[in-house]
Amino acid sequence: MIRVDRVHKSFGKVRAVRGVSFDAPDGKITGLLGPNGAGKSTTLRILYTVLKPDEGTASIDEADVVSDSLKARQSIGALPHGSGLYPHLTARENVAYFARLCGLDKAEIDDKVAEIVRLLEIDDFADRRTKGFSQGQRTKVSLARALVHDPQNVILDEPSNGLDVMATRSLRDLILKLRDAGRCVLFSSHVMQEVAALCDDICIIAHGQVAIDDSVDGIRSRTGCDDLEDAFVKAIHMVGPD
Amino acid sequence: MRTIIAVFFKEIIDNLRDRRTLASALIMGPIFGPLLFAFVINLSIERSLEDVERTMELPVIGREHAPNLMRYLESRNIEVIDGPADAAAAIEAVKAGANDIVLIVPPGFGEQLEDTVPAKVELVSDQANTDADREARRARRALYAYNQELAAVRLSARGINPTVLRPLNIDDVDVSTPSGRSAILLGMMSYFFIFAALMGGMYLAIDTTAGERERGSLEPLLCLPVTRDQLILGKIGATCLFMALSLSLSLFSFFVALRFMPLEQLGMTPNFGPGVVLAALLLFAPFILLGAALMTLVASFTKSYREAQTWLSVVLIAPTMPILIVSILTLRPRLEFMFIPSLSQHLLLVDMVKNEPVNNLHVLISVCSTLAFGAMLTWICARLYRREGLLG
Repeated sequence: MIRVDRVHKSFGKVRAVRGVSFDAPDGKITGLLGPNGAGKSTTLRILYTVLKPDEGTASIDEADVVSDSLKARQSIGALPHGSGLYPHLTARENVAYFARLCGLDKAEIDDKVAEIVRLLEIDDFADRRTKGFSQGQRTKVSLARALVHDPQNVILDEPSNGLDVMATRSLRDLILKLRDAGRCVLFSSHVMQEVAALCDDICIIAHGQVAIDDSVDGIRSRTGCDDLEDAFVKAIHMVGPD
Repeated sequence: MRTIIAVFFKEIIDNLRDRRTLASALIMGPIFGPLLFAFVINLSIERSLEDVERTMELPVIGREHAPNLMRYLESRNIEVIDGPADAAAAIEAVKAGANDIVLIVPPGFGEQLEDTVPAKVELVSDQANTDADREARRARRALYAYNQELAAVRLSARGINPTVLRPLNIDDVDVSTPSGRSAILLGMMSYFFIFAALMGGMYLAIDTTAGERERGSLEPLLCLPVTRDQLILGKIGATCLFMALSLSLSLFSFFVALRFMPLEQLGMTPNFGPGVVLAALLLFAPFILLGAALMTLVASFTKSYREAQTWLSVVLIAPTMPILIVSILTLRPRLEFMFIPSLSQHLLLVDMVKNEPVNNLHVLISVCSTLAFGAMLTWICARLYRREGLLG
C-alpha cells in the first residue's frame, strides 16, 4: 500500500513536483502516466527514499519515507530508471548480492535467487557476467534483483523502456502475476496504451501535478474522449505549467 | 555489520575480476617503485665508480715543456694527450664542449721552475658544466699534489723539515654509519610505499563512488533496506584491503630488490631486514585508512570515472609534498612533525633504515594522529554519502 499526500519537490528553480497525491492499494496495478519531464521519476524517487520531499508526506505500508525510511525500504522492490548492473558479476551474483543486502540468510538466498531466475526466464544467461548484456537482459536482471526478497510493494520506473515485444509481454505477465499475488504495483510510463492494457488505476501527471486519477473507463468518461490517446492529451491540458 | 561485510566481499570479488584494478594494485604500485629505485641506485654506483677508477684523458698544450709533471700525472691515472693548437683554440674547444678541460704549459715553465719563481700553468675549463667540473677538480687536485711534492723537495734541499708548511693536521672524522648513508637515498622509499598503497585502492575508490553512479547501479543500491553508512563503510573497507595488499607487496618487492643491489659499493648497508619490513608495514598501516577515505572523498565529488581519475592523480602527489620539503631542508624528526601523516611515517622509516633508535612517543603520535585523520575523513565521507545530491 503506497500513499502519496500533497508532495512537493523542487530542484533549484525547477518545481518538479507540485502537490502530487494518490494512493496505490494492494492487489492493484497503479500506473503513473505522463509526458517526459512531468515529475514521474521524481515522485517515484521520493517513494523509494533517495529523494526527500520539500513538503507533504508519502508512506509505504504506513512507514513514512522520510522519518522511517529504512522500514519503508524494507517493503519495496524498486526498479529505478536506467538501472545498471555490476559488469564483473554474473546475473545470478548481481541478484544474490541484493538478496543478501535485503537481509536474507544464506540458505534462503540460493532458493530465492533460483526461483526468481526461473520466473523471469533468465536461466540461459544467469551464470554469465553481465558485461555486454542486451537492454532486455539487463532489465530482466534488474527486475529479478528488485523482486528477489518478495517485496509487498513494487515500484517500477519505465520498466518497458528498450524492451522488445517478447520481453514487454513477459514483463506484463509478471506484473499481472504480482497483482494476483496481492502485491501493490506502481509503475510509470509515458505510453498510454501500455498503461491502459495493464492498470486498474491510472494517475495522469503533467507539470508536476495530478491531472486525473481514475480507472481507464473513468478517464474516458471524464475527458469525454473514447480514444485513449485523445483522453491522455486532453487530461494533460487540464493542468497548466503554473 | 552483516551488511557491511556483504558490501565488503562484493567489492572485493568485483574488483578482483577487474584487470585494471588488479594491474594497478598488484603490478603498478609494487613494481614501479623498486624498478625506478634500482635504476637510480645503479646510475649513482656507476658514477661514483667512474671517479676513482676510470683513466681520465687530459689534453695538454706544451707537454714537452714539463716532462716530469707529465710523468707525475700519468702516475695518477691521468692520461696526457695532445691538446689543441694554441691557447685561443683551447678556449674555443672548451666553450664548444669538444674538450672538457685543457692544461696549458707555457714554454717558460722549465726556466721558472729552475729560477724558483712560481711556474705558471693554465687550466681551461667551463665551471658551469658539472661533468667537466669534476674532471677539472681531479686535474687540479693532481696539480696541487705535484706542487706540494716539489715544495717538500725544495725545503728538504735547504735543510728544512717540510712539515713546517703543515701547521695544521686536519683529520675528518666521519660519524655516519653505512646504514646512515643509505638513509639519504633510501629516504625516497617511503614515498614509493605511500604511492603503492594509494595506487592499490585508487580504482576501488573511483568504482565505488563515481563509477557506481555512472553505471547506474547506485540508485538501485540506495533503494535497499540498508543505511548509507553501512554501504560506505563496506566500500572503504574493501579499498583498505586492496591498499594493504599493494603496500605489503611493495614492501616485499623492495626487500627482495635491495638484496640484489650492490649498495655496499656505495658504502651503504640499509637496515631493511624482515623485522624492519614488518615494522614498516605496521607503521604505514594507519595511512591506509586515511588514504582510502581521502580518495573516496575526492572521487565522490566528481561526476564521472574520468574526472575522478584526474583528481585522484593529484591526490597521489599530495603526500609527497611534506616529504619533499623535509628532504630539501634536511630536517630531523621532531615531535610536531609526527602529527602530519605521510611525513611522520617517512621520518620514522628513515630512522629505522638508519638503524637508529626510534622514539616510541613519536610512533604513538604518528599512529594515533594518522588514524584520527583517517577516521575524520571517513566520517566526512559517510556524511556526504547521505546527501541527496549523491545521485548527481
